Amino acid sequence: MIRLTLLFTLFAVSLFAAGDATFEATKRDLNIPAIIMFFIFVGATLGITYWAAKRTKSASDFYTAGGGISGFQNGMAIAGDYMSAASFLGISGLIYLQGYDGLVYAVGFLVGWPVILFLMAEKLRNLGKFTFIDIAAYRLGQKEIRTLAAFGSLSVVTLYLIAQMVGSGKLIQVLFGLEYEYAVILVGIMMIIYVTFGGMLATTWVQIIKAILLLSGVTFMAFMVLNHFGFSFEALAAKAVDTHTKGQALMEPGGLVSDPISAISLGIALMLGTAGLPHVLMRFFTVGNAKEARKSVVYATGFIGYFYLVIAVIGLGAIVFLNSPAGAEFFENGQLFGGNNMAAIHLSKLVGGDVFLGFISAVAFATILAVVSGLTLAGASSISHDIYACVINPKASEEQEIKVSKISVIVIGVIGVILGIAFEQQNIAFMVGLAFAIAASANFPILFLSIYWSKLTTRGAFIGGFIGLMTAVILVILGPTVWVSILHNEEAIFPYKYPALFSVTAAFIGIWFFSITDKSGRAEEEIKAFEAQSIRAETGIGAAGAVDH
Amino acid sequence: MEECMNDELVQRIRSNPKYQELVKKRTGFGWKLGIFVLAMYYIYILVIAFNPTALATKLSDEGVMTIAFPIGAGIIIVSFITTIIYVVKANGEFEDLTNQVKEDVKDAL
Repeated sequence: MIRLTLLFTLFAVSLFAAGDATFEATKRDLNIPAIIMFFIFVGATLGITYWAAKRTKSASDFYTAGGGISGFQNGMAIAGDYMSAASFLGISGLIYLQGYDGLVYAVGFLVGWPVILFLMAEKLRNLGKFTFIDIAAYRLGQKEIRTLAAFGSLSVVTLYLIAQMVGSGKLIQVLFGLEYEYAVILVGIMMIIYVTFGGMLATTWVQIIKAILLLSGVTFMAFMVLNHFGFSFEALAAKAVDTHTKGQALMEPGGLVSDPISAISLGIALMLGTAGLPHVLMRFFTVGNAKEARKSVVYATGFIGYFYLVIAVIGLGAIVFLNSPAGAEFFENGQLFGGNNMAAIHLSKLVGGDVFLGFISAVAFATILAVVSGLTLAGASSISHDIYACVINPKASEEQEIKVSKISVIVIGVIGVILGIAFEQQNIAFMVGLAFAIAASANFPILFLSIYWSKLTTRGAFIGGFIGLMTAVILVILGPTVWVSILHNEEAIFPYKYPALFSVTAAFIGIWFFSITDKSGRAEEEIKAFEAQSIRAETGIGAAGAVDH
Repeated sequence: MEECMNDELVQRIRSNPKYQELVKKRTGFGWKLGIFVLAMYYIYILVIAFNPTALATKLSDEGVMTIAFPIGAGIIIVSFITTIIYVVKANGEFEDLTNQVKEDVKDAL
């Protein structure tokens, strides 16, 4: 009942927003092709959600699409989770603004993949059931580890969610002339519908469709940009250097990662963070076996790698095209309309006209919806599976667990909307950087050591993981982003933007120290249980299969 | 939710030579490739951190293109190639070994 009331309230607000939109939009040119494409996409995905809702009955269906997704489909979906609005809009915006530094982010986001594959993907598939926390809690104290890891997971989900919400707000603002706040609320409502009704199956298919549309869209944009320069990347770069105020510095690393500590810290966060992202790790449980899990990583790495290479062309293209006379219409008082994150969207109009702008806008919006859905599902699983069903009420039935999931989805959706509005002015790629720092410091060390280190104990994992989480959160708050940009203090207490170097180290040392000094009987049992765990991780014997629920 | 593994089964799998071969080969291979990718990435990051001007070297005197671009793109491409190398081996040789181990202990499951 509470849920229904909440939904109706949100709908009422969105109707009000729609009414307001027609007034606002007239002065910003209503973009008919964009709106038509947007409605086609929404219609199609709601159809999928309806289809998925009929097939989503058990908890396994809700969390993992029943384990029936193929390696190729899962690879597409992982790539979809990765090619988020923060990647697409944020990295193209970063390259537009800073040049090469944007590519440094892209490289860091990508190289996490091979490492996950070589050292973890298979073991995750063999040991886990619904969430990656299943693995950390496999032979350790369920209550402590699940509670802690769920908090780590939720912090990451929330930060990442903010980045997506900000992207969506800006985007719809530009596209429909809708107020930022209403745009964010609209995304929240759509996402809640997909996830509560369609679960992981709907979320996965929305993600796959969007990945295909996005890859086609950016390919066309890059083609048009390069076509203008006779397919010479050198000629494009030369023109970009000519146009941009940074000049030749555009082609060099520097601006964003100006000091060694920041560069190393960002590198650690991007790489290890990938291995600790709850919504991406969760995808390994949607495939039938370890073989499919491995294949999915190859497809994902291929798609993501291609995407980032193409984004570099788009970023440089945006510099050239938007600063040409034809691009003047996108500036308001010398500022890019909608902010620098909109560079790729404006470029789409210049290279493909109104219809293509409509396509790219609809795709970008789809991107946000899909990623936000995946994130929310991961967050809700942590609450319902790791906290509710394993800690608070171990006797919970599947129905109860699914019910808690759905309520959590709504709560996370509402929180995402509120924070999305509060953090309007932040660069979204940067917000993702923060999410990665927490994923790298709180989730990754526990996960990694639980797979590889036989002497890990509950006490070590709990205290060490807690130290990692708190260090990351506190350093982010005391750092330049929150302390100066948001709280408007003069100077940051912690001078670096990226805390990962310190927080990851703190987590590993903490876990090591509190494990080896743990001489309790329970610790002895846990160390002994490592052998059985490791056999299952290696061979999959006893692993949760696709249909054994 | 899970089939529990008893001590006897654990001992049996552990002492199976094929299991030992599987773990040894796969772990070794995974770490070798992993360290290769990690080394490649952290060398790149350390160069950016301590000597960014090294990446500012131009490819040709007339052009604007720096060595930073092909290196960045190269890391992305090499990462992709290493994932293919791993999966070909893991889904062939290692998967066969895994299935043999499972076959050997089938009666105990």
